[in-house]
Amino acid sequence: MSPIRVALLILKKDFAIEVKSLEIVSTTLFFAVSCLIVFSFAFVKEGAPVQDAAAGILWIAIAFSGTLALGRIFERERYGETLRALLLAPAPRPAIYLGKLFGMVLLMLSTEVVLVPMVALLFQAPLFSRPLLLIVLLLAGTVGFASVGTLFAAMLVRARTREIMLPILLYPVTIPVMIAGVQGTSALLQNTPDEAMATMWISIVTAFDTVFLTFCLWMFEPLMTE
Amino acid sequence: MTVDFDRVALADVSRHFGRRRAVSKVSLAISAGDILGLLGPNGAGKSTLIGMIATLVVPSTGTIRYGDRGAADVGPALRGRIGLLAHELHLYPELTARQNLEFFARLHGADPRGCVDGALAAAGLTERGADQVSGFSRGMRQRLALERALLHAPRLVLLDEPFAGLDDRAVTIVSHRLRALAATGAIVVLATHDLDLADGLVTRVAVIRDGRLITDERGGSGLRARYRTLVGH
Repeated sequence: MSPIRVALLILKKDFAIEVKSLEIVSTTLFFAVSCLIVFSFAFVKEGAPVQDAAAGILWIAIAFSGTLALGRIFERERYGETLRALLLAPAPRPAIYLGKLFGMVLLMLSTEVVLVPMVALLFQAPLFSRPLLLIVLLLAGTVGFASVGTLFAAMLVRARTREIMLPILLYPVTIPVMIAGVQGTSALLQNTPDEAMATMWISIVTAFDTVFLTFCLWMFEPLMTE
Repeated sequence: MTVDFDRVALADVSRHFGRRRAVSKVSLAISAGDILGLLGPNGAGKSTLIGMIATLVVPSTGTIRYGDRGAADVGPALRGRIGLLAHELHLYPELTARQNLEFFARLHGADPRGCVDGALAAAGLTERGADQVSGFSRGMRQRLALERALLHAPRLVLLDEPFAGLDDRAVTIVSHRLRALAATGAIVVLATHDLDLADGLVTRVAVIRDGRLITDERGGSGLRARYRTLVGH
């Protein structure tokens, strides 16, 4: 079995379950929107937002809602110990990681489809001035965050303190991605968008993605084998 | 790559978790056609041993060979020849019985059209195929999980307490199913507490206590008496 085929099978299966329960999508979206509304009360005074706050708020909302989703993606595999059944598939075990990562990236991107227009509206941020660069930056940042998060979520699936441990492990490691995401978005939000600066930050995030993905694919099997 | 083997051999296999030794220097060989009853009290190390044979748990020391090769030599294709029914049933409660079977068939590279209907019929769930597994009784789930484990026609069938939650009729069906599997050349390993059910079904008996193999002998009647003599309760 090819790893990509197994990854897509797992993605399809998770999608079928999510369509029935809407458990992760609804909680993630609700949490992300709530975050933005709270921030809008804190950072918008008399109709004018605090300068340069939008980029940070967007990425904080992405990180927080992403963490919430990460806490749930392997939870389903824990109830019936189905993770063990997946590990018995006749394919390289990192295919399971890839399947979960695809799902996580799609989920975060769908949340961002709602978050970006909301941030643009609530914080009067010209997020759509360079849409292509913003899409690439968001995609690169999401892959970086989700790649590490998916590995940690898998690693902690049998830990009793997984809800506490996940953010403790995840945030320090993904700080470079978050910083690059905020800086790249800030460059795009200036009166005259700084495309060169945004492109540089995209390159940095992409470099992190490459390192993170390689490391996670390499580590998944040893971490999941008891 | 097609992988096949007609023998599984464990040599001095041990597994410890920290300072606790779950399995200690177990050596045994199981051949095609065998139904090996893995017996022992709670915490004896049966599930860990099954996990190691299933390639899910790595032995701390010792080797497990499938035919003449180790798991690392064969690679992922080996897992396509192993079917596992564990304590937890490895089913998604949100999906229907048919969706569960289709997913696991595809995961093992089998064509669902060729095996899912037969599996539902063997589990006695043809009429309930479109129902979510969350609405099933323990016995129905157990039957479905057994068929899920056998979907891809594995050579090595590992069953941890397969009779849990089954009524008498289902026990008889499962027993016949296991005999038929062994007759077609499968290697069946069965961990159970239920000596009465194992009696007459297993062709060999391995008793484990405190992680150690204390006997490996032919099956036959009077299993309970023999077990009491060996384990003491």
